[in-house]
Amino acid sequence: MSSPERTDVLVVGSGFGGSITAYHLAAGGAKVVILERGPWLKSDDFEHDFKLGSSYTRAFDFVVGDGMSVLGGNCVGGGSVVYFAAMPRAPRFVFERRGSINRRMWPAAVSRDTLDPWYDRVAESIPITHQGWEDATYAGGLWAAACRHAGRTANPVPAAVDREKCVNCNWMMAGCRFDAKQSLLLNYLPAALAHGAEIRPLHEVQRIERTDDGGYRVHYSVVDDEDYRITAGDGAIDAKIVILAAGAGATPVILQRSEAGLGPMPHAVGRYFSGNGERLNTAVLNEDRVREVLGLDRGDGLAYAANQIGKGPTVANWDRLDGSLPEYTRYSLEQLYFPPGLGTILAQAPGANPGWFGVGKKEMLKRWQSWLIIFQMIEDDNEGVFGPPPARGNADRLSQQMLGIGRLSYKPTANTLRAWEMADADVKDILERDGLATVTPWTNDLVGAYTVHPLASCRIGDDPHTSALDDRHELRGHPGIFVTDGSAVPGALTVNPAMTIAALAERAVPGIVQAARERGVEVTYGAPAPDGSTAGRRGVTTLIPELTRR
Amino acid sequence: MTLEAFADTIIPGEKRWPGDRAVAGAAPGGGAVAAGAIELLEWDATGISGGLGDFARALNEHALAYAAQHGIALEEDVPPFVALDHAGRTALVALLTAPGHPEKDLWVSLALFSNMAYDSAAHLSTADALAAGHPGLTAMGVTRPGADGLWRFPAYSYGRPLADLHPDTTPSGSPA
Repeated sequence: MSSPERTDVLVVGSGFGGSITAYHLAAGGAKVVILERGPWLKSDDFEHDFKLGSSYTRAFDFVVGDGMSVLGGNCVGGGSVVYFAAMPRAPRFVFERRGSINRRMWPAAVSRDTLDPWYDRVAESIPITHQGWEDATYAGGLWAAACRHAGRTANPVPAAVDREKCVNCNWMMAGCRFDAKQSLLLNYLPAALAHGAEIRPLHEVQRIERTDDGGYRVHYSVVDDEDYRITAGDGAIDAKIVILAAGAGATPVILQRSEAGLGPMPHAVGRYFSGNGERLNTAVLNEDRVREVLGLDRGDGLAYAANQIGKGPTVANWDRLDGSLPEYTRYSLEQLYFPPGLGTILAQAPGANPGWFGVGKKEMLKRWQSWLIIFQMIEDDNEGVFGPPPARGNADRLSQQMLGIGRLSYKPTANTLRAWEMADADVKDILERDGLATVTPWTNDLVGAYTVHPLASCRIGDDPHTSALDDRHELRGHPGIFVTDGSAVPGALTVNPAMTIAALAERAVPGIVQAARERGVEVTYGAPAPDGSTAGRRGVTTLIPELTRR
Repeated sequence: MTLEAFADTIIPGEKRWPGDRAVAGAAPGGGAVAAGAIELLEWDATGISGGLGDFARALNEHALAYAAQHGIALEEDVPPFVALDHAGRTALVALLTAPGHPEKDLWVSLALFSNMAYDSAAHLSTADALAAGHPGLTAMGVTRPGADGLWRFPAYSYGRPLADLHPDTTPSGSPA
């Protein structure tokens, strides 16, 4: 057998966790190869089309599990290409969470204070708009007005969206055609390429094994460009450092499959999965009451009827993000848009039986333009566990793209169920007041609960029994393997997690650089932001020694 | 015919002609069948096209068992599931897709694609479907795209403050 290709650093996945680390390591002088299982789509490839095979189905995966289904990116740029670009920082209390096992979930070294400088680094690298009311869409404005009517506050959500370029088409899940969404395709990834990193799309990593020289051999399959059920050959690359960032639905699966070649995995690999406590409600608005009760008018004769218009979430209610409240009673309620298909099947017609299909559902769909979707992010109980891995990838693919059957099992505990119940009641209280709307939660009976923000399946922590990674993101017992995606986040964040995943990836880089240097790679830490800005780098200087201790 | 009756149970429509048996006529306007559910199900991109014959056979066996259990006499000139009235079809589909049913995943996937034919026309280019008056997208009020096939909404905001901000909001616009 010919000897495989070699690189210094092999990065698995090109979402936030992969792109950020790849950029810094390449800029610091390391030879970096990124393997991405999905296609490499450019702005012109992003279509406004629901047809199977369009960018809408090529760019993300929907993996059905037992009790939990997971939506995740599946393209170069990963989640950043298909997400809704909400970039809030996690509230302070989140870092103090103890969970139902009553142990601190986060490493002692990580708090909002110690993470803020890393958040700043991300904010310097990915332009984030501090949105005002003029940016809030009709849907966001409606949610704000309903919150105020109910005596609540509401906030425009910080977002990585260029307001000058955005046309409010609401096609964000198919990738942004207008380069308004500041995905990684516009910042970290081109900067990584400029520093010599290589990206190989349609390369799905299957397993890792140890090599005799203390490094790692990463085995991949090449995936067909159109039909992801088909592979066209296999290969392997040797690396001194491996960074796993395949997403919380895939990273633990690769590690599970690698046990034969790597040795036993930490107990927490593939356990403690969190769906970020997510759940959706659909409100069907009474247009007359929107006008009469809230005084809203679009100026074109309509009060609302604007479900189709917008840019994902623009306004959230944060009244329950209060650290003095008990755990499992804190959550945010965020206005959101979900496109038809995935965003309609689980909605339940108010008062109808059955709720999700049939005559009542058809009637509800007639009023689709008057829908308002509210996204709950509660504190769940990290109850997800991955079963033995499938033959390939992280799912048995059913359709040519998008749809697969995975191995995640998620049985919500009483804590999680109570929190969802509380949040459901809160949304109902706000939106059903004075006949504004009828509200129903999405059913969990079809594909289980549903998350667009999978987390914690290979998490950082101080306790080796409940965390797979140390506080520097190195896999326990496997030096030189790091995990920097959402699976490293210890638990639900009560807000959209992209900003926190990105900040943790930034924070992990100094430790990875040091490990690479110890393995003979000539690499240094200290690259500026992708556009050359340096304020963020200055802000983290004092934190570096702590992160490079051994 | 059996799968048409299944799709029509998910999103019901009006009969296509007098005497239409597969479509029960439970709701006005076109339903999943008129929206192209069979076309979508038969497309191999879905991953279920190869099993459609088995789906239909299994569904008819379930319909026979359901009818026997409930003392319903089925006419024999059409497949058993088609012979059920709309209420019977609905009750049976609810059973087959309920948590705990051993074949739940199969029936949910069939329902998912039936639904998608109606509410997103996943077998057609969305712009073409709208131009052709696709029953689902049209009933939902989905607007047409611009001449270049892309949607743009120049008016999108009420443009004024509509709530008080949370008092602990940080300068970055995040929660504290």
